Amino acid sequence: MINLSFPFTEEKIRALNVRDEVALSGVVFTGRDAVHKYLHEGGRLPPGVSLRDGILYHCGPVVLKDEQGDWKVTAAGPTTSIREEPYQAQIIKDFGIRGVIGKGGMGDRTLAACKEFGCAYLHAVGGAAQVLAECIRKVRAVYFLEKFGSPEAIWELEVEDFPAVVTMDSKGHSLHREIFATSQAELAKHL
Amino acid sequence: MNALQDSLIELIRRTSAEIPDDVRQAILDSLEREKKGTIAESAMKIIERNIALAKQKSQPICQDTGSILFYVDSPVGMDQMRFEDTACLAVKKATKLGYLRQNSVDSLTGINDGTNVGPGSPTFHFHQQRSDRINVRLVLKGGGCENVGAQYSLPNEKLKANRDLDGCRKAILDAVLQAQGRGCGPGILGVCIGGDRATGYEFSKRQFLRLIPDRNPVPELDTLEQDILKTANDLGIGPMGFGGRTTLLGVKICAINRLPASFFVSISYMCWAYRRLGVTLDAEGKIAGWLY
Repeated sequence: MINLSFPFTEEKIRALNVRDEVALSGVVFTGRDAVHKYLHEGGRLPPGVSLRDGILYHCGPVVLKDEQGDWKVTAAGPTTSIREEPYQAQIIKDFGIRGVIGKGGMGDRTLAACKEFGCAYLHAVGGAAQVLAECIRKVRAVYFLEKFGSPEAIWELEVEDFPAVVTMDSKGHSLHREIFATSQAELAKHL
Repeated sequence: MNALQDSLIELIRRTSAEIPDDVRQAILDSLEREKKGTIAESAMKIIERNIALAKQKSQPICQDTGSILFYVDSPVGMDQMRFEDTACLAVKKATKLGYLRQNSVDSLTGINDGTNVGPGSPTFHFHQQRSDRINVRLVLKGGGCENVGAQYSLPNEKLKANRDLDGCRKAILDAVLQAQGRGCGPGILGVCIGGDRATGYEFSKRQFLRLIPDRNPVPELDTLEQDILKTANDLGIGPMGFGGRTTLLGVKICAINRLPASFFVSISYMCWAYRRLGVTLDAEGKIAGWLY
C-alpha cells in the first residue's frame, strides 16, 4: 500500500504503476456527467475554486444535513468513468488534474492525457459506498448544487486513507486494456 | 393505509442497506477463492466490509440506489392504483430519510426534483394471485450495471452466433467480455432467450428474483447456466475487472416464445451490490414475513 497524500505533485503521480494500491489523503472534488459536459463546453469553475494538482472523483454521493446543519456524506462510491471519456483528456489538460478516481477504467484518449500531463487513474471499488464514505472526513464545500442537483454537484471533500488501485498510470499502461486482451484470448479458446 | 406505507418504507430501507443472505454467501465464497495478496482479493475484502458496514449503519450499500423495481403479487380485487400511490409516497419518504439517493432525472429538462417519483419511477409489475396475502419484492438496480446490459439479435455474423443454444451461449459470453468490470463485478446475469425487445429485457430482469444457488428446472437452460458461469470465471476478468477468479457469481436464464422473424437474447447484468428483498403483507398492509 502506497500512501498518497496532499500535495499531489507530478513527481508522486509519475512514480505510480499499474496495480499499485494507494491510500489517498487530502482534498478531492467530485464531478460526474453534468460537470464534465459543462467544463468541456467552456464552463467556468466558481471563483476561488481550482482543480490544479487536484484529484477529481467520479462520484455522485448521498449527502444529508445533520442536526447541526452540517453536510454529512452517507454513501460515496465511484460511478462508471467511461462516460466521461469524450471530455476527460481535455479537462485533465485544461484544469491540471493529477488524479482521476472512478471505476471501470477509461479509454485511449484519457490514457494518452495521463502520460502527457502527468495524471493517474485510480480505481475505487464500485459499490463500496459505506467503506469509502467512512474515509471522507469532512465536506468542505459544495458547488452547483442548485444547477446540477445533489449527485451531479461538485462536492469538495477531505478524505483520509481512501483505498484505490492504480489501473492507468502515466507511463501508458492500462490494466483494463491488458485484462480485456487476455480475457478475449481466453474466451476464444472456449468457443 | 399508513401501515402499508410504513411497511414499504421498511422494505426500501432494508433492501438498500442489506444484501440478501444468498448473495452474501456467494460473495464470501468468491473471497475464499481469490488468490491471497492480489488486488482482486483486496477488492473482495472491501466489498465484504462494505456489506457489514451498510447493514450496521442502516445506510445504502451503494450510493447508486438504482432503478426502483417493485414486483407485486396481489390478491384478486386489490386496488393497484392505491398501492402505487402509497408506494410513491413511501419512495419519497425513503428518499428524504437517505435510504435512497435523489436519483431520478427528467430526461428532457435534466431536472432532478429530488423525490425519485416521476414518469417511470418507481416501476411496478403487478401479478394477481389467489391468496389474501400481498407479496412485494423490491429490486434496486444501479446504473453502472444497467449500462452494461446488452441485447443480441440472432443470427449475429460477427460472433458466428446462430439461432440455437450455442448461438445464445456466444452472445451471452460476448456480453460478459464487453462488460469487463464496468458493471461492478463479480456480477450476476439475468438472461432471457426470445420475446420481443421489451419483454425480453423485462423477463431477463425477473430472473433476479431467483436465489443464487437455485437450479433451473429446464435441463438445457440449467446446463447453459452452469456452463456460462464456469466459462466466465475462466476468463480471468475478476472482481472489478482487476483480474482474478470470480467474474460472475451466478447466471439465471429463462426462455419465452418469440416470433418466427425474431430471435433476441437479452442480458441484464446485476452488480455484486445485488439489492433484492421482499415482504409478505397481511390484509392491513403490515409485514407478516420476509421473503429471501
